[in-house]
Amino acid sequence: MTAPTRGRTRAEEPAGEAAAPPRYAALRRFARGYLRRPSGIVGLVMLLAFAVAALVAPSFIHPHDLDVTRASGALMAPPTGAYPLGTDENGRSVLFLVIWGARASLFIGVVATLMTVFIGGTIGLVAGHYQGRVGALLMHVTDWFIVLPSLPLAIALSVVLGQGASSIIIAIAITSWTGTARLVRAQTLAVGARPFIERGRALGASDPQIMVRHVLPSVLPLILVSSILTIGSAILAEATLTFLGLGDPTTVSWGSMLNSAFAQGAVTVGAWWYLLTPGIAILLVVMGFTLTGRAIEHVLDPRMVDRA
Amino acid sequence: MTIDRAAPAGASPTGGAAPPALEVRDLHVTFPSRRGRGPARAVDGVNLTVGAREIVALIGESGCGKSTLARALVGLVKPTSGEVLYRGTTLGYSNAALKAYRRHTQLVLQDPGGALNPRQNVFDAVAEGLRLHKDTDRLGARVHRALSQAGLRPPEQFLERYPHNLSGGQQQRVVIAGALALEPSVIVADEPVSSLDASARGEILRLFLDLRDTLDLSALVVSHDLGLAWNIADRVAVMYLGRIVEVGTVEEVLLEPKHPYTRSLLSVLPGTLSHRRPILLTGEPPDPTAIPAGCRFHPRCPAAAELAPHDPRRELCHSRALPPLTGTGRPTSVASCHLIPSPVPSPSGVG
Repeated sequence: MTAPTRGRTRAEEPAGEAAAPPRYAALRRFARGYLRRPSGIVGLVMLLAFAVAALVAPSFIHPHDLDVTRASGALMAPPTGAYPLGTDENGRSVLFLVIWGARASLFIGVVATLMTVFIGGTIGLVAGHYQGRVGALLMHVTDWFIVLPSLPLAIALSVVLGQGASSIIIAIAITSWTGTARLVRAQTLAVGARPFIERGRALGASDPQIMVRHVLPSVLPLILVSSILTIGSAILAEATLTFLGLGDPTTVSWGSMLNSAFAQGAVTVGAWWYLLTPGIAILLVVMGFTLTGRAIEHVLDPRMVDRA
Repeated sequence: MTIDRAAPAGASPTGGAAPPALEVRDLHVTFPSRRGRGPARAVDGVNLTVGAREIVALIGESGCGKSTLARALVGLVKPTSGEVLYRGTTLGYSNAALKAYRRHTQLVLQDPGGALNPRQNVFDAVAEGLRLHKDTDRLGARVHRALSQAGLRPPEQFLERYPHNLSGGQQQRVVIAGALALEPSVIVADEPVSSLDASARGEILRLFLDLRDTLDLSALVVSHDLGLAWNIADRVAVMYLGRIVEVGTVEEVLLEPKHPYTRSLLSVLPGTLSHRRPILLTGEPPDPTAIPAGCRFHPRCPAAAELAPHDPRRELCHSRALPPLTGTGRPTSVASCHLIPSPVPSPSGVG
């Protein structure tokens, strides 16, 4: 956001809005700022398209369509009218698979991100608030996790925890909470220096009360941005781990599609529709989350966050 | 700005048998060293009392430790040594003791805009203390009363507003109302008006006097402004580099200053209080990590500089440290200076 825009936003806030609670005023300002960013709109539209497709998929995809024993199409056939994106090695529609796969990929991405943000947010908040030994210890632990190579760690974890969605979710959360933790800690330190924290203390607030009543609300916008950006990388991590064969083999996800495409020799037979479709789906969703997250980040300029 | 100085008769510093509302005894607050510098002795041996219904002004320049002393008084800073007494009882530093103490002594900060959470409206900001203490019977009525006491009338008009829609003076009244909601008996105010414009300044000072009269509040007001002290204080304590160097009634200290530091502060004040030639202090601004030997003011002291080279008192100023002032409850003012003959020889050897 450029300086003149910011000046205008500030000037647009007249005394007439006095009675409006800042939450709604801030929301309106936020929506206005977001709509001025075309990349954010593109990202949001992409995400909404995938989300809607994933949500309504059960209404037009019958379990029979995904059942390898009942699939009726030709094997590894190129796109036709009946199968717009071709078929897989069992004769299932790749279009249906990719739509169905969005359910698993988005679900795992979102749940893993929620866990990531919960772990990282809690550790960052506590480390930023208790700046003594507790904070130092927590940041040391965070540093250890940062230097651990995340892919081998995730592979090791999912091997230990067994195949399946839950172990992939845990593996992603454990390897990606550090960024959120550092971000939240930095913001907690900044908020902690502000006088209203001291006033809260003087009024009798305990440390947990200060954190929940004053610090957390100030840190939440940042957590929102960070988590939206994290979803993209969590989906990517899910695809990576599933492609490597660590996911549940019975569920369809983009990673497992890539895995079977690779295993069944889609490259050799030139079945580009089978390989490219899940790849492009991953690309579009990750890009959608990134564009949306970046747009929100720009609109929630720190100065805007402060005034929200 | 003119404010009537109708000092109430009840404000007796010694107060007879009743213990003072707030008292500190030989208080030290030392912050650990940073970046190779020595530890900062922000408060370095302070004795001070605030009597019931008394307003004490704590005056000093930036970095003299007055804000640290104020925070130690409300228990936000734990003293390195010494004690804080509330009505004769030593303040403990357990969470429960501090929480109970918050009902009695409240803090008002310098920047009311920053002291209010921008996400809380006036009602929530004032109710905050009561909610923190889980004391929410008749919350609405008590918030209303606190707002009226702080001069925001009618309260209904302010409840839904947010800090950024209030003027600086109104914001400070909300902060004061938030303190009053807890029904404290002492308010410690750290530069309560220095970020306000002149008209709001007078109103807030007036409010402190009103609160003393209507709610029997005691107050310690920290300021760098001697004019403020003249307007509202019963007694004045002048602080320099972690110590109180002079303390007495407002008339004594401001009309007949004894300590060379107080004199130089007063001499540069515009208006009726300064009829003297301005004395400009020279030398380094005080640094609590490197407190000079001898009298801590001697490197900048105009009186010491005027001493003849062979005056024996010069040696005193340079090498003999002064003990902390102890006579803070005496009727006459006292100052911590080698060059002032002590009016009453005290056992601790002030003077």
